[in-house]
Amino acid sequence: MNNTQLKDTLLRLGDDAMILAQRLGEWCGHAPILEEDIALTNVALDLIGQTQSYYTLAGKLNENGLKTDDELAFFRTDMEYQNLLIVEQPNGHFGDTIIRQFLFDNFAILRAEHLASQTVNKDVAAIAAKAVKEIRYHADHSGKWVRRLGDGTKESHDKIQESLNNIWKYTGEMFTADDTDKAAIEAGLLPDFETMKSQWDAAVDVVLKEAGLDRPEDSWMQQGGRKGVHTEHLGYILAEMQVLPRTYPDATW
Amino acid sequence: MSALDPNELVAQVTRQLEDVKDPELPFLTVQEMGMLRDIYFKDGHTVIEITPTYSGCPATDVITQSTLEAARVADPNAEVKIVMSPAWTTDWISEEARQKMEDHGIAPPIGQSHDRAFLTGDGKVIPCPKCKTKNTKMMSAFGSTACKASFTCLDCFEPFEHFKCI
Repeated sequence: MNNTQLKDTLLRLGDDAMILAQRLGEWCGHAPILEEDIALTNVALDLIGQTQSYYTLAGKLNENGLKTDDELAFFRTDMEYQNLLIVEQPNGHFGDTIIRQFLFDNFAILRAEHLASQTVNKDVAAIAAKAVKEIRYHADHSGKWVRRLGDGTKESHDKIQESLNNIWKYTGEMFTADDTDKAAIEAGLLPDFETMKSQWDAAVDVVLKEAGLDRPEDSWMQQGGRKGVHTEHLGYILAEMQVLPRTYPDATW
Repeated sequence: MSALDPNELVAQVTRQLEDVKDPELPFLTVQEMGMLRDIYFKDGHTVIEITPTYSGCPATDVITQSTLEAARVADPNAEVKIVMSPAWTTDWISEEARQKMEDHGIAPPIGQSHDRAFLTGDGKVIPCPKCKTKNTKMMSAFGSTACKASFTCLDCFEPFEHFKCI
């Protein structure tokens, strides 16, 4: 794994967390109940913390200017972001958000557990050791909601089944390795994607079954996020997120 | 550069840090929270190692700043180093700190973090810090800060926070 591949791997870890956090932050003041308002934004806070750590490491490897976590977050365009497409999908209704979170959490925990136990990069292992505890908590929360909504009323069941069907096409990308991923897997930094996929299948299936939800068929999967080819949504997220620092680059709190 | 010998300097800095509080739990010190990992002398100045509680805890910046200010009273060249590994755990919170939490209406973490039931308090009874009854209910797995969950007491009806065990 060369320096560029390591940097991109770190950026991807950060970008996945950053964009999902930004999405979750949109719920602030809008969640169906106060407890969920607090929960979703707390999850966002953990993810932003993880982002900061991964970006800081990536920045140290960046030769072309952007060095700090803030610079990497605020001064890259959509085509420079390498997050998974699933995390940039709109919040929709609460069920859409919960399903997106649930599918991502179960992927993120497997990835973080490996990152925490690998010995190739100690800095990454230290960040991931912290992240594992946080993501486990997130996964527990989203899993409980999937059960509650799937096994709730007919309306909640039908709505979350539709959420699941709609977002399923973005799950394939989590387990599709490009050259950067392959190099990181080869080096032992990232886990083997096929193994991760079968573990993810098992974990997701348990919850979906308990929730009384039908698992969609794996068919055509949308992808492109890892090479900067995004859905239309990312541009709007970045516009909102970046407008202030791009307008006033020297602004501070 | 101080003329003091390194051991004495470290001792002075350590004393200065005894009063540094956690801004989100102002009745507890950073030391009682187990965030202060090490203080030592290196390359002509003291180094203070701090481990943050949660990745995104906004108090970390404030804690770093107030630690630095306190330490620099004794050693103007003191430096704070953020250490991520090993990850902070509630196991490092002292017994006194747990008692203080309870005295301030926050149910302290129960048990050890390697116990997987820590996750949401599943199957775990969190007693009310006010009336001590075990008849309590979790309202949300999350709370006003990253480190807490929200509970309510079904006997005295006190809403209270529980410091999550991680």
